[in-house]
Amino acid sequence: MAGVEVTRARALSAERLRGMYREMLLIRRFEEKVEEQFRAGELPGFLHVAIGQEAVAVGVAGAMGDADVFASTHRAHGHAIARGSTPNELMAELYGKVEGVSRGYGGSMHLYDAARGNLGANAVVGGGLPMITGAALAFKLRGEPRVAVAFFGDGATNTGTFHEALNLAQTWTVPAVFVCENNHYAESTPMAQHMPITDVAKRAVAFGMRSITVDGQDVEAVYRAARRALSHARKGDGPVFLLAETYRLVGHYVGDPQVYRPPGELQELRATKDPLDVLRRKLGLTEEEMEAVERDVVRIVEESVEFARNATDHRPEDALENVYA
Amino acid sequence: MPELSYREAVRDAMSQAMRRDDSVFIMGEDIAEMGGSMGVTQGMLAEFGPERVRNTPISEMAIVGAGMGAAIMGMRPIVEIMYEDFLTLGMEQLVNQAAKHRYMSGGQMKVPLTVRTQGGAGWSPGAQHAQQLEAWFVHVPGLKVVFASTPTDVRGLLWSAIYEDNPVVFFEHRTLYPLKENVPEELEPIPLGKARIHREGEDVTVVATGRLVHEALKAAAEAEAEGISVEVLDPRTLQPLDEEALVASVKKTNRCVVAHEAVTRMGFGAEIAALVQEQAFDWLDAPIERVGAKFTPLPFAPVMEQFVVPHADDVLAAIRRTAARA
Repeated sequence: MAGVEVTRARALSAERLRGMYREMLLIRRFEEKVEEQFRAGELPGFLHVAIGQEAVAVGVAGAMGDADVFASTHRAHGHAIARGSTPNELMAELYGKVEGVSRGYGGSMHLYDAARGNLGANAVVGGGLPMITGAALAFKLRGEPRVAVAFFGDGATNTGTFHEALNLAQTWTVPAVFVCENNHYAESTPMAQHMPITDVAKRAVAFGMRSITVDGQDVEAVYRAARRALSHARKGDGPVFLLAETYRLVGHYVGDPQVYRPPGELQELRATKDPLDVLRRKLGLTEEEMEAVERDVVRIVEESVEFARNATDHRPEDALENVYA
Repeated sequence: MPELSYREAVRDAMSQAMRRDDSVFIMGEDIAEMGGSMGVTQGMLAEFGPERVRNTPISEMAIVGAGMGAAIMGMRPIVEIMYEDFLTLGMEQLVNQAAKHRYMSGGQMKVPLTVRTQGGAGWSPGAQHAQQLEAWFVHVPGLKVVFASTPTDVRGLLWSAIYEDNPVVFFEHRTLYPLKENVPEELEPIPLGKARIHREGEDVTVVATGRLVHEALKAAAEAEAEGISVEVLDPRTLQPLDEEALVASVKKTNRCVVAHEAVTRMGFGAEIAALVQEQAFDWLDAPIERVGAKFTPLPFAPVMEQFVVPHADDVLAAIRRTAARA
């Protein structure tokens, strides 16, 4: 991949990487369960999973500090889990329950968790980027060593909010990191049909913004790149564009027949680009070790479904709360 | 009692808030050295410095969105959008984002953002620099909307907007900036959602906003000479609306005229008319009259511009029409 920078940071310990494997597997199994429950007719709303993109969520989230904040996208379950929202509260949100991360007011595309720095997943592509520039401005004005992180996809880099938010962030050198999860499709539209360049990082050049490109299927590489990006921003050296080249191994939405994919693409990506396989090979996990992690995360996911089903239903008139502070 | 112009009153509210509170800052296009396109922020750069008086790129989505992000993170930003026509560029961030973060988060977030802007006909700026778009914003749950018509009101209401924990779209009318008035020595905050009765009357209630408050007062003085006693009520805050004051006034006078500079059709006045008939139908002695701009973009030629937007004569004609009904 052109433009991938060699990172020289110290390698992560095997223990830390095993922890990341577990988190990535938890996200994977959580999202597979979400698909299953949606197909079974248990979940209302629109659901978008990020199967295949788990290494970006876990790598970036693992590098963030406790006081850092982020804004996410319509494909947000992984970011939320990786930053510490509990599967129980997330699943409860997808069921529209009072115990949900957004108290049942948001749903899959509007996951919030203020206590964990989640300023909101966003159902408008590119919609959350200006907010991150503004959050970072608040940190700069108050002299706080915090960073605001925006997740978004390749499709969002065609929106006005992307260009306006990055231009303002660099002009004011605010502590923000803009994480582009380039999964090479804007919903169904392949990159070649939605932008005239192949290297999305060129867009950061126009703002004079530091950019780092990383293999988004390698969680360790993502973590290291994110550490550097966050450190650059936190030091006051300005925002960073972090481009993670990644792959969605499923459709845009649950139920997407994916007629837009060339024949064989999905099979090849699944065989070669699954971030769980990449890390499994790197760690040399044994069958027994993998089984143990599997049992652990499946139990957590099953419990989250039970928790959500038994959680509190809203009264219809609760809809009138929370319009104003 | 110091005398302040409407322009100075806006500046005074912002400056007083910034003197006592580090979380308040202003940002917008050309607001620093230039002091804003209407001169509202003149001198503020010298007093508060470039960190708190921030010139922005011409970039309304980012200005509104960044203001919102800073607000969510605990600041109280005041964003200036140079002309309210340009609010349409920041619409996504206002309507989909700022208005809804509290709701979508189930009450976890608050957005103490003030978006100041100005507009209005009278200088022939043409179709893209003088619209009155307040009706677009009162339709959005989650936003509060203010439209002040006097120096005292604009100062007290802007203070309350700054200290409001919800996003406020704060409309100023361009032709009112030079208007002077003695204002209270100490800034007196005016709570959002409280109407002001400018003039008490017995026969007709005129509900007017912005420039039309002054046109309505002129019309009321003329009507008085004809023996019609007119009450002029300015809601001042369009959302939330002081329904109680409005309905009480109409129940007293039994006749109602609504007057604003914005296009009449689907305008804010239509909501007032609906509300009055819902809550005071049995008290009404005549149909509610509406006064507003004709259904056209604003033309450039002064003679056409003056034809399109309403004036005191139009309010007076409406007062006469409603008073003439038995």
